[in-house]
Amino acid sequence: MSFTIQGRGISKGAGTGALLKSREPISFLSGVNPDTGVVIEKGHPLENQCIAGKVLAFPYGKGSTVGSYIMYALRRNNAAPSAIINDTAETIIATGAIIGDIPLVDSLSQSLDDVADGTVVTVDADSGTVTVE
Amino acid sequence: MNLDKEDEMILAGEYGETRQKMMEILVALGKVFGAESLVPITSAQISGASYKTIGKWGLEWLSNLDAKVAVPSVLNPIGMPRENWQDIGIPKDFADSQNEVIAAYKRLGIRLECTCTPYYLNITNYGDHLAWSESSAVSYANSVLGARTNREGGPSALAAAMIGKTPNYGLHLFENRMPQVAVEVEAGAKYANHFGAVGYLAGKLVGNRIPLFTNIRPSRDQLKAMGAAMAASGAVALYHVKGITPETRLPTFKAVPSETITIEKSDIDELFKEVDVDAVAVGCPHCSPDELAKLAELLDGKKVTKTFYVFAAKGVKSANPEYVAKIEKSGAKVVEDTCIVVSPAMDKFDTVMVNSGKAFAYVPNMCGCNVRIGTTEECVDAATK
Repeated sequence: MSFTIQGRGISKGAGTGALLKSREPISFLSGVNPDTGVVIEKGHPLENQCIAGKVLAFPYGKGSTVGSYIMYALRRNNAAPSAIINDTAETIIATGAIIGDIPLVDSLSQSLDDVADGTVVTVDADSGTVTVE
Repeated sequence: MNLDKEDEMILAGEYGETRQKMMEILVALGKVFGAESLVPITSAQISGASYKTIGKWGLEWLSNLDAKVAVPSVLNPIGMPRENWQDIGIPKDFADSQNEVIAAYKRLGIRLECTCTPYYLNITNYGDHLAWSESSAVSYANSVLGARTNREGGPSALAAAMIGKTPNYGLHLFENRMPQVAVEVEAGAKYANHFGAVGYLAGKLVGNRIPLFTNIRPSRDQLKAMGAAMAASGAVALYHVKGITPETRLPTFKAVPSETITIEKSDIDELFKEVDVDAVAVGCPHCSPDELAKLAELLDGKKVTKTFYVFAAKGVKSANPEYVAKIEKSGAKVVEDTCIVVSPAMDKFDTVMVNSGKAFAYVPNMCGCNVRIGTTEECVDAATK
């Protein structure tokens, strides 16, 4: 049975995909391969996993502000996530989501802890909602 | 966030796709940081100007933008001087890519002043709201000039430049500019030439808080050196010096931090280690006219025996030809547009001597060489020995 969680929409648009969660922050610069969308940061919980087409949930961005341009690169290379869910959005991810046309919501009213990776999730950044199928 | 009618129209795309995206960035950041409105800015300084930092995707994004900036806007230093880049050993493929980045920014109406010291261009006044991004420029604008800016990233500074406004949060609001920690410098006066080192040590202790220095009386150039170092070793975007920086003289200034940190004399002495160096570099941040004058005087009649680079803004260099001629007569080079940290020029040396607490913090990681700090006089001595 599907249910919807309210959050805060930061960028525009909507995206659907399989949920991929990380308990660690993500640095797009030098942490994600801009050609393939594979996480390359050594020791990262998502190392070697591909974020392309996924609904990617992680706490917040870290690392260089140049990371925003890597999110744009992922879009251009058809390797961007379908949407991003943050605990708390910050400058790098908020800016990158806009220049990379990636729907972004944060501050969900209910945690995704009980939703398994791979569950199909729809993020609507215009209404700030996450619908779990 | 409250937007006026024109901003709403920009957001709806009625002024084109580029402006719409830029407004989306400002609105998103306003949301993230809880801003209630946008505030007009008088200038912008945009980082992400060196090809070494933004790479080919940043360049592609910039090249696809189609709008002009709405306020005077300048760049952070780039990876090489625009002219005669061969002179400091820049590879040709790097120079070609760097020139494409410059051309992309020029098309957007940005002034090709590539400097971390945009305050020498006389575009900034007390109380102005700005969208600047280079950490030492942000620190100087906030602290020494009493202007107001958060530390912007490259894209957010560019967005503010194109809209002419920035979200009104953080250091734009007076109540967020009060000191959070007091800093006392042991034997303050004796260390007049060591403010870069004082800043380097203070930044590590202060982190991202707002410090109030209570017992020092630095000049503007010394404030510049100290603030730059604190922004490098810590994340200090605003500091106050009692009786010196402008906001400490306001009746509404609340100088009551509960914690006091002391910078020990012995910690400063420890930084000044005498080791052999194979190059000397000054001008981090870029030299002021007074600093060029002092170097000209110190180098007068001498010959350098090692590579000696002096970094300055192109505008400052061209306005002071006599000082530049005197410095270069010694064999030292005055280099514009670029700097110790963002150019590949220093990478080939083993140990570089600097007079800057900021360069002292960055050179080991950014240039991959050892670093020694000394006063300007000691730098000249080492270069002419």
